[in-house]
Amino acid sequence: MRYDFDFAVLLDYWPDFLAGAWVTLQLTFLATVFGMAIGTLCAIGARGKRRWLARAIGIYVEIIRNTPFLIQIFFLYFGLASAGLRLPVFTAAVIAMVFNVAAYCSEIIRAGMDTVHPGQIEAAQSLGMSTPTIYWDVILRPAIERVYPALTGQFVLMMLSSSVASQISTEELTAVANNVQSFTFRSLETFLAIAPMYLALAALLKLSFWGIGLFAFPRRRRLGTAL
Amino acid sequence: MSAAVNAPAVALPAVALKDVRKSYGPLEVLKGVSFDVAPGEVVAIIGASGSGKSTALRCINGLESIQAGSIEVCGHHVGTQRSDAELRALRQDVGIVFQSYNLFPHLTVEQNVTLAPRRVKRIGNAAAKDLARACLAQVGLAEKADSYPEQLSGGQQQRVAIARSLAMQPKVMLFDEVTSALDPHLTGEVLRVMEKLARDGMTMITVTHEMGFARRVANRTIFMRDGLVWEVGGAEMFAAPRTPELQSFLGSEL
Repeated sequence: MRYDFDFAVLLDYWPDFLAGAWVTLQLTFLATVFGMAIGTLCAIGARGKRRWLARAIGIYVEIIRNTPFLIQIFFLYFGLASAGLRLPVFTAAVIAMVFNVAAYCSEIIRAGMDTVHPGQIEAAQSLGMSTPTIYWDVILRPAIERVYPALTGQFVLMMLSSSVASQISTEELTAVANNVQSFTFRSLETFLAIAPMYLALAALLKLSFWGIGLFAFPRRRRLGTAL
Repeated sequence: MSAAVNAPAVALPAVALKDVRKSYGPLEVLKGVSFDVAPGEVVAIIGASGSGKSTALRCINGLESIQAGSIEVCGHHVGTQRSDAELRALRQDVGIVFQSYNLFPHLTVEQNVTLAPRRVKRIGNAAAKDLARACLAQVGLAEKADSYPEQLSGGQQQRVAIARSLAMQPKVMLFDEVTSALDPHLTGEVLRVMEKLARDGMTMITVTHEMGFARRVANRTIFMRDGLVWEVGGAEMFAAPRTPELQSFLGSEL
């Protein structure tokens, strides 16, 4: 039982790995931006007065959170294709990731919104502020500040599960690795090589979120304590 | 000549409640409340818990809807039906300070004060900053502009809440048991700010358990009981209550 490691053979494929990592980052960026936006709207809708809307959002969130991501991505890609709508693989992967992460985000943001004391909303109303302003300045900003660590954790998880998109041959990092190992027959080395790449991507994401947090939450920066 | 000058102004009252009724389900908390407050007048509302005094106050700026009667506040009419736009216009003229301060915890003291003027009156950042400094100076907290609410004592937070309301330049200020959450030492600093506001001519309605403040600062005191205005009077009312209910209430408060 001896195994001779040969990482040298992978060196030729560096550009492919880099391209794959770039696709992973693009997927993650788009999923984060749109997922956050849709998640926020869903959180607002779920707390709103329109019962039918709150219920529809509840059903969406439960479906996403209780089915495998792989099935969701297959549904979007193969399911819609059989219905005549053939999405490009990248688009299908982005849409699946957006809807997946938005469902988790909406639950996290909703929890944050629930921590805002009703008295603060009354105070804002008493100052003559309009409902959209109150939602943004008095409810969402402190809510997001409170749940920011949970939110960013969810986005890192999303980046990691973007490897599932390789199953519809989106050319992200895992798909590249799959190709490389089938060319080189060096599967162990290949997957050993991409693990630190995912680690590095996660570190990069965390660093970015930390920087955004510093910029977005001056109170946390100044006092160093959670809201 | 001088008699004419000193005669009470015939100006419209700043606040007028007329037969206001309010229920929560089967529980009627206001059973036809009527009173007027003249411009520049300071009125204290006293009464036991559950007498409807806070509810009456909250109806004045539309935080509670009413089921019957009407309220006139600085030319705004509050009936049983109100649109959001009407409410916002009303609230720009009526400030309210709450028992629990309700400052925005993620904003600095200055941002707490400037938020509404910037968002509602759309004044520029520099003007808002100047306004905040002026309002904070009025409550003696100019040096705390860059602090966060959690870094302040309860009394200081309540004074910031007063400054936040003043920044909207209201015509009437409502105070809802603003010292009830404070220990006696901190109560004093908040009451002094309110006294100064009163001296400066602000129209004020304050729901309070501070009998000393009501007697000393208020032009008139309204005693509420069971959702009704039970007795109204000046400082003399505390020494010589007409109704046995006020007598026993004052006895229990002292």
